[in-house]
Formats: sequence, structure tokens, C-alpha cells
Amino acid sequence: MAQTQSGVGGLVSIPALLNRNASEFAGSPAYREKEFGIWQTWTWSQTRDEIEALALGLLDMGVAEGDFVAVIGRNRPYLYWSMVAVQMVGGVPVPLYQDSVAEEMAYVMGHCGAKLAVVADQEQVDKILEVNDQLPDFQRMIYLDPRGLRKYDHEHLEQFSKVQDRGRAARDRLKAELDARIARLDYDSTCVMLYTSGTTGKPKGVVLSNRNVIETARSSSEFDHLRPDDDILAYLPMAWVGDFIFSVGQAYWTGFCVNCPESPDTMMTDLREIGPTYYFAPPRVFETQLTNVMIRMEDAGRFKQWLFHTFMKVAREVGPKLLDGKPVGFLDRVRYKLGDLAVYGPLKNTLGFSRVRVGYTAGEAIGPDIFDFYRALGINLKQLYGQTEATVFITAQPDGQVRSDTVGVPSPGVELRIAENGEVFYRSPGVFVEYYKNAESTAGTKDAEGWVATGDAGFIEPDTGHLRIIDRAKDVGQMADGSLFAPKYVENKLKFYPNILEAVVFGNNRTECTAFINIDLTAVGNWAERNNIAYSSYQELAGHPQVMDAIQRHVEEVNLSVAEDEMLSGCQVHRFVVLHKELDADDGELTRTRKVRRRIIEEKYADIIAALYDGSPRVSTVTEVTYEDGRKGAIKATLEVRDAATVAVARKMAAE
Amino acid sequence: MLDQSEGYVTSDGRKIGGVVMEMKNITLRFGGVVAIKDISFDIREGEIRAIIGPNGAGKSSMLNVISGFYNPQEGEVWYRGSLRPPMKPYQVARQGIARTFQNIALFEGMTVLDNVMTGRLTKMNSGMFSQAIWKGRAEAEETENREKAERIIDFLEIQSIRKTPVARLPYGLKKRVELARALVSEPSLLLLDEPMAGMNVEEKEDMSRFILDVNDEFGTTIALIEHDMGVVMDLSDRVVVMDYGKKIGDGTPDEVRRNQDVIDAYLGVAHD
Repeated sequence: MAQTQSGVGGLVSIPALLNRNASEFAGSPAYREKEFGIWQTWTWSQTRDEIEALALGLLDMGVAEGDFVAVIGRNRPYLYWSMVAVQMVGGVPVPLYQDSVAEEMAYVMGHCGAKLAVVADQEQVDKILEVNDQLPDFQRMIYLDPRGLRKYDHEHLEQFSKVQDRGRAARDRLKAELDARIARLDYDSTCVMLYTSGTTGKPKGVVLSNRNVIETARSSSEFDHLRPDDDILAYLPMAWVGDFIFSVGQAYWTGFCVNCPESPDTMMTDLREIGPTYYFAPPRVFETQLTNVMIRMEDAGRFKQWLFHTFMKVAREVGPKLLDGKPVGFLDRVRYKLGDLAVYGPLKNTLGFSRVRVGYTAGEAIGPDIFDFYRALGINLKQLYGQTEATVFITAQPDGQVRSDTVGVPSPGVELRIAENGEVFYRSPGVFVEYYKNAESTAGTKDAEGWVATGDAGFIEPDTGHLRIIDRAKDVGQMADGSLFAPKYVENKLKFYPNILEAVVFGNNRTECTAFINIDLTAVGNWAERNNIAYSSYQELAGHPQVMDAIQRHVEEVNLSVAEDEMLSGCQVHRFVVLHKELDADDGELTRTRKVRRRIIEEKYADIIAALYDGSPRVSTVTEVTYEDGRKGAIKATLEVRDAATVAVARKMAAE
Repeated sequence: MLDQSEGYVTSDGRKIGGVVMEMKNITLRFGGVVAIKDISFDIREGEIRAIIGPNGAGKSSMLNVISGFYNPQEGEVWYRGSLRPPMKPYQVARQGIARTFQNIALFEGMTVLDNVMTGRLTKMNSGMFSQAIWKGRAEAEETENREKAERIIDFLEIQSIRKTPVARLPYGLKKRVELARALVSEPSLLLLDEPMAGMNVEEKEDMSRFILDVNDEFGTTIALIEHDMGVVMDLSDRVVVMDYGKKIGDGTPDEVRRNQDVIDAYLGVAHD
């Protein structure tokens, strides 16, 4: 494998890149954050000063090379600086999900033996204090927002700005040591450790080297022609590898500006104000935005509705062709231009997408309707396929070759191989170093030649070279009659309906498939309001006969489309229930990245699954729920089990 | 008068200072109805003081006496060591007392930010002419006021509704906006009239958190009326209990909880 042994021009670490940016892009913005209603900006040279002050402060506190430092909070410049400052002093930053409950944090921090944590606020401080006695190595916490923390015992607490003050005061004394430590960083030293959320078992610490991060950032930035004047909005969890690559790796490689929202609730307003040029969002975000647009259009006047629908029709025909650079007739161009003036332009502006040059979605399959909607508006939305273990990029769609059903061609430097059972393997400069303190799992995932198993089953389309993913390899099973069972394939089709938030399909080793459905409260609630259907709770709405009817229609439509696929026609859903509660990460039913944990759901709802297969018309159940503050409660419900019409495949084949 | 230097330390280690406001033998009548009968109590620097009681006990009347909206027929109100003469509410506001209302009194058509900014009215000194042309003092003042308003908006976590007209907000958020407007005047004494009325459990928890944070962060003395006993007992340092216009208990939450008269008032015992 051709690997660069050292970075371009000695740029072998994030601190080295920071240094380059501070001189090369000194006056251009590196970070923005909205605070007190105004966007505050830090240039690259100011950023270097801030980070350096913090790093000196860390030195003064006695952080040693190789120490692990947890970073916990929402996306804020200070926390990104913390990660780089930790790298400067030779430590390893470990960003954690800010909504993790205390026990989850205790496991991760105990596993890596973190000595220090930089946290956002009182909430995080409280969580760590709660599990402090399980963490023998843990020594100190640095917090950002002093609110509510004044009366806390400060023996093990320090305010962020105070640490920086300490650093500035100690500059003369410690600067040489800091420079020496930065100089000792090389391409193979650890850049960051990220814990995978893990659909099964405990989270694993993925160690990524500077080589992994910088090589990936370089090739992906070149792939999409990212520029120093690009803007991104950093709003996805800092513990997720994607955010680290976009907001740190690519940002430092390219020198573009990272914008942080004012608060999680203001994300949409901030998105609009910033107008990012490079944007990433999971399909769910695009879905929610589209749902909101559609709901608001229904409230609009007749003329506006006519205008919207007429021009959206034009857009769906012409927009994607224009984006792909295919030939488009003069008349169509004029019509599209008119539409841009009347509809697409203002709409994109409202959504905050006016300036988007490169947009990505990944993580889950995106509904073709949703995908096409954004492409039609002229937003260059593409798909990529990646993993923490690959430092994100495995495949991505090049401009001009974008489709909703593939995940693109191998990214620069990535080799792909499909195993006999359909599992996708890859090898690239981004392949992770190891799972920390878990040689067994490392060996099970990465072989001696550097090939990594993705755990996903898929195939490469012969004529285009694009990769298509069917399902998680371990979830792909067999029905009792030997036909293929790919639950995710069916679930995705179900989830493309705005009314359905989540679906879980069962059927491995059984004669027929059944499903759990979660309704989308926004979409269904809005529909209920329009149709004068009163409801007092999620549970009541979910169990409403008319809602059940609507869901049944969706299931039956999906059955029709599944039946068309020869390989997967056995996966039609015969019976289903609409669940009385939303599947939730706090209850362990989803991962923090909102992936379904099948085994846990199967155990927890065994009674409902039994009812799906024994033919009973309804099932009574009690479900334990965990509230945000960690308390537990129980929901009782009686759920209706519905039969859905299926297409008899055997007969269809006979008719042919 | 009580000794000003006297104070106490709460169970969670906060230092409570001397008396800020003292009510002496207050009696308030509306025609023949006696709303408050001969009540005395004090409010101390930095404490959270609750006034509780069943419906119709005279809690809101009491708060209106403190805020200067009602002038009692008998009794004296002492504020920061001097006897307070009958005053108009705006004069009371200028003394550093701010309040929220039981049935929200915001400007429905104005945005959250504008509503909060109105709370700075008592701090504005620029003349009409200066404000009309928005130069000099008016401009500097507005900048400062906006900054203060933004800090409170940040503190109460209502950034996402900054530009939303109040009429479009749900009840719980309106309550929070009202608190923001009261806070932005930087009061030394904050009066809250049923801050949790009509809220669900989660909203109540949020509001409790904010009340504690306000007290902690700004050192504001808070007097509040509430009839959710659970909330009051967790929140306040000392509690006055009223029933039928009379004071039937006064002390720490624990003392009040053990008081037989209070138990009777809440569980319902025939009155003579």
C-alpha cells in the first residue's frame, strides 16, 4: 500500500497544522460562535494564542505525555481548542457524548484511565462527580460555564479561563517544554481516541493516529475541492468521528471556518444565519426539514401552493440534471431559472442552504424522495459511507455520479473487497491503529494485511463501480424456508414514509416477517390536528384506529415494493404493531447515533413479539422507561396487532 | 426593628444576611372583607422566602402589599431600615423590587427580546429627544441594555425564542420570559407570584432550577407565592403559611411541615 511516510512539509500533527494556519491564514476566521445574540469570531492567529495558553495551562497542571483527557459538551470552540491543546502537550483527547448517562461515562473514562476532563457545564460536572469513586485514575476537571458551580469544592475543579490565565502567566517558564512536546509528535502518534457507540456490547476505543486523520482529511478535502473560505456548522456530537474529521481534520488541513451554534435549540436559525458552504447531516435532519416545509406549505395560501407545486415539478425534472452537468434544453433552463427566482432561491435561503457547495448525508439510508427534493433545489447533496475505524471515508459519491441507492465509489486511497458472504472489507491509510486495550477485537476486525471488516453486507454494481449496502452483515439471516432475510432493507422502505419514525422488522428463522412501528409525532400529530382527531398522549395517538389504518396502508405499499425484489420477496411484513412509546437511547433500545439494538428490543418486548406470531388480536404489556434524569417509570398499554395484506409471491411466479 | 447584622446559615451553607423587608402588623381590607389580618414577618438578604396557603388565603394580596400595589389600612412596611410611605408601583420598582404575575402580564404582540428590554425601563435616563434620534446617550444606553438583556436570555436558556412574539409561546415559556423581564432590571428583591402554576412536572423542575440559580448567581433575595407544597419545601429557606388572611405558621420548611395548624389547613378542618 502506498503510504506517505511523513506528512507534507512536516505537517504531521494537528498542532503543526494549527501553526501553519496561524501564519498562512492569520487574519481569516477559524471559529465563530454565537453568544449573547452576536456571532463572536476568532481568527487563526487568535485561535493559536488561545490554544497555546490552554496547553501551557495544562502543562502547568502537570498533564503528562500519553495522558488521556476526556472532552465532554456540545460543540463549542473552547472544547475543540481543548482537544488540540491536549494534543500539544502529548496527551490523547477522548471526546464523549454529552448526553451519555453517568454510568456510560464511568465505563469509558475508566477504560482509558482518563486523568483529566474538560467539560462544558454543571450538568457534566455532576455526572462525573456521581461516578468519581469508580474512577481511581481520575484527578481533575476543567469546566467552561461557571454557572451553578461557585459553591462546589474546587479542590478538583478548575475554570477554563483560569487554566488559560495560568498558562499565560507560565509562558516564559514552560514555552520551551511545550515546543519540545509538539516537536515530538509524529505521524504515528495518537491523534484522538473515539469510542464507538457499539450496537452490541461495551463501547470500544478506536485509536486514530495523526496519519489516519491527516491523510484522510487531505484526500477527502481534495476530492471535494474544499477551500479556506468554506464555512461549516459544527452541530453533530463531538464524540462522533465525522465531527472530528470535518470540524478538526479537514478544518485544520484546509483552513476553513468552524461555526458553532448558540444552543442546540437555535441550530436551525444559526444554520440560516451562517449559510454553510460545506454541510453534513444525517438523513433524519433532512427528513425533518422537508416535513416542516411540507407542513408549512399546507398552511400557505392557494396561489403559493400552486407556485410551489408547479415549480417543484420543474425542479424534480431539471434540477438533478443541471447538477450532474447533463444536457438540458433552453426552455427547461429558463423554467428552472424562473423557479429559482420564485421558489427555490427563497426556500434554500430559509433552510440555510443558499451557499451549500458540497452537502453530505450518511449513517442511514436516505429516502429517494427526500434525496431528490434537495437535489432538485440545486443543493449538491451526496452520500458517503464510512466508519469510525476507517476515519470516516470508505466510499463517497463524486460530483456528477450521485444516486440515492448507492453510497458511491471508493474514496481516494481506499481498496474494497467483498467477501463470499457479502460482507464488505476495506483497506486504506485511514484504517485505525487498534481498539484500545482490546487486542482480541482488533484482531477480529482488522487482519494482518490491514483489511477491515465493515460488518455490512453489500455489493459493487458491475457497470458503475458504485457500492450498494444491503444491511448489517450479522442482521442478514434466513427465513424458515431458506429465503434471504434483510430487515434493514424493509425498515428503510418503511421509514421513508414521513409518518413512520422507526421500524423494527423480525423474521429471522421464522416463517414470516412482522414489524414494530414508531409513529413520527410531528407528522402524525399535524395530520391529527388537520383532521380534528383529539389525543392526549403519544400513546393514545399511536393507538388511534385511523393512525393504524394509515400505517397499515404504508406497510402494504412496502410489501408491494418488496415483493418486486426477487431475492427479498420473503421479507414482506405480515403482521405489525404500532408501539406505545418511542424507541429511545436512554432505554438502551437505540444507540446514541440512533441505530436499532435488535437483541435488546427482542428481549424487552418478547411478549409483543410472541403476540405477533401467535395470531392474537391484541396484547397487553408493561414497559419500563427511563426518564432524562435517570429515574425509571413504567408504561402500561394494550396494543392492537394488525394483519397486513401481502403479495403471494409463489402465485405471482406461477402466473408469469 | 430587628438587628440588621443578624443572620443565619442555611443547611446548604449559604449565608443569609440581615432583614431587607419587614412587614409589621399588616391588615388589609376590601370593604367589609378582611383579606389580611394582622400579619408580621420579615424577608432577609439573600434568602428564598415562600408564602404559602390554600386558595383564598390572601397570598396574592400579601405580595401586592409588598410590591406597593395595595396600601394596607393598618400596619407598617419597613424596607432596608426605613418605614416605607404609601407608594406607586413604579416608585417601588425604582427601589429595586421586581415581580412576575400569576396570570402572565407580558406584551403579547412583542417579541421576547422586546419584552425583556422593557424590564430595563427603570434604568433608562436618556431624554425623549436623544431617544428619538438615537444618538449619544440613548445609543449607549440601548447597547448596554441589550447586553444585559442578552445575558439574562442566555441565563434562562431562551435564545431560541429571542425573536418570537410572546403570543405564540406555550405557557411555561411565557412564565420564563416574565422571569427574564423581572431579572433584567437587576432587582435586589424579586417577587414571584405562583411561578409554577399550571406547569407540568418537567416545567416545574426547570423553573425551580432557575429560581435557585438566580438566587445563587445574582444573590437576589426572592419572595415567592406557591401552593405546590412539594416545590416550596424543596426550594425555600423559610416559609410563611397563611390561611383565611391570618398567619398560621412561620419557619423553616421542616418546622412548618410539623406545624399542626398548617396540617389542618391543608387537610381541611372545619373553621369556627
